[in-house]
Amino acid sequence: MNFSESWRSFRMATWLGWQIESNWTDPFLFAVYSIVKPLSGAAILVVMYAVISQGDFTSPMFPYIYLGNAFYIYVGAVMTGVSWAVVDDREHYKTLKYMYIAPIRIPLYLLGRGVARFITGSIAVIITITAGVLFLKVPLNFAEINWPLFFLTLILGVIMLAMLGLLLAGITLTVARHEGFIGEATAGALYIFSGAVFPLDVLPNGFRQVGFFMPTTYWLELLRRSLVGNIAEAFPTLSAFSNGQLLGILVALSIFFGVMGVFVFRRCDRIARERGLIDRTTNY
Amino acid sequence: MSAQLAVETKDLGRIYKIRGSKKEKAVRKELIALENVNIEVRQGELFGLLGPNGAGKTTLIKILTTLLAPTSGWARVAGADVSQEPHRVRPSINMVSGGESSGYGLLTVRENLWMFSQFYGIPSKEANEKIEQLMKMVGMSDRLHTKSSDLSTGLRQKMNIVRGFLTDPQVLFLDEPTLGLDVGASRDVRKFILEWLKEDGKRTLLLTTHYMVEADELCDRVAIINKGKVLACDTPSALKQRLQRDALFEIDTSPLNGLTESALEALPEVRKAALTEIEGGARLKLTLVEESALASVINILTQKNVKVMRLTKQEPTLEDVFVDLVGRSMAEEESNDRAEH
Repeated sequence: MNFSESWRSFRMATWLGWQIESNWTDPFLFAVYSIVKPLSGAAILVVMYAVISQGDFTSPMFPYIYLGNAFYIYVGAVMTGVSWAVVDDREHYKTLKYMYIAPIRIPLYLLGRGVARFITGSIAVIITITAGVLFLKVPLNFAEINWPLFFLTLILGVIMLAMLGLLLAGITLTVARHEGFIGEATAGALYIFSGAVFPLDVLPNGFRQVGFFMPTTYWLELLRRSLVGNIAEAFPTLSAFSNGQLLGILVALSIFFGVMGVFVFRRCDRIARERGLIDRTTNY
Repeated sequence: MSAQLAVETKDLGRIYKIRGSKKEKAVRKELIALENVNIEVRQGELFGLLGPNGAGKTTLIKILTTLLAPTSGWARVAGADVSQEPHRVRPSINMVSGGESSGYGLLTVRENLWMFSQFYGIPSKEANEKIEQLMKMVGMSDRLHTKSSDLSTGLRQKMNIVRGFLTDPQVLFLDEPTLGLDVGASRDVRKFILEWLKEDGKRTLLLTTHYMVEADELCDRVAIINKGKVLACDTPSALKQRLQRDALFEIDTSPLNGLTESALEALPEVRKAALTEIEGGARLKLTLVEESALASVINILTQKNVKVMRLTKQEPTLEDVFVDLVGRSMAEEESNDRAEH
């Protein structure tokens, strides 16, 4: 693989992604939107929790739900960010064909487009957690945070989500209609099966097994353990595993889905060329 | 020999499988978009693909630019096979599709063009200089900092044309580049194309168009394509010379009162007759073996009470070549094709 070609594919796609993410409105509105959107999402969950738990914010369930929901923002942002670039370029800007005939690596271009979503997603996660600590007493003690575990898990998880995004981008390429819903549907399904807002134990056994196969399950668990270790221990689902074991499972599943992502994308890319779908426009 | 060829195709074919409606889900129709296309475009040549909408021109361009896989045969561009080695083809090519407003509307014209230049690895300073030079050539110097979403369709298309030329490709594919442009802008684009080719004798350009005048004015050689088949390929003058021996007449008449093309073609020494409806009557395009055959045509018109409003003798055009090859004008072929589908 030509390194300079790969690097410029990724670098310029990152630049383009950021221009698209940040330039759709004036800077003030962009700042307001960046703050209000994640807080609104968290507020809905907090209100639902308050009603169900009758206002018991001291239960370990609250930080479990709150942090799981906060970090789940990355799933929507990074995974669908990568796959959405196909829809955006093909249907909206009608530039996908020009990207395809350019001497670039399309998978790296798509991953680069996801970087801007990662940045805006990170802002949303930080705002959500800060609001939780300041106003809802989410018990986050900075002195007790396992920072190496946190950053290692975060980086691994983002790479894993990007590769899942590539897998979805491949499928998106082969679908001529309703491709915009693929990312949303997958993110929605993972929300249920990853223990984001409730432990996997509450799911029926069959569905629980699906959750155990999802790398996002271990990723969210490790993030919780690194930030609020004592609270994460209150939930038995994965308590038998040490941090090292969970990291090992996360790495193994990330490699598996990463390889799948590359394989599925290549296959779908070939199908799209055979069927003439690279420049097909349907929805706009 | 291949080293001298910028584009080469051998028995190239493309069949689209079309799904039927929900009721006939199991039924899969096939549409032959290209059939046994053999063309050779020499380095430095401006080669035209001329044909009506739906003839297969865009399909051919898509295959040559690695966007679409052929279903049979092979194609080479800049010495590399488009199916087997697309990564070797791409650094040497670029493409512009006319009649569409592609581009990132949130970016300025300069940002759009600069970004594409970076994807081709052009140093930033060199790219910026080139952008200014090309924008000046298309008369858009004052629009460099305009968001592309604020440009008119014509200006956006010009920006798109600059994008294609900016990377200085060895082989440039222009798919209907003047589609939707006004007369002045079309003229500017044609002038720009010729100047660009003149700058470097190794540059090759493959142009698709359904404008006869454009093909005639610009192209070194033209392939006439219809229903996926290349019907003829030669220089415009050589193609027209095929008809030179025949006399060509155009007659505007009152309504034809049931007179048909076949009735006229049945007359001795009438090689071809093409009818088009015009306001208040019809236009007859006649290809006659001898000028004297005109008398019998006038005679039959008189018998049918058809009045001759205007009669002109014509030098052959590429449109006449198309009529001669297909039996219908390009406009009729398009409307007939629409009716079939």
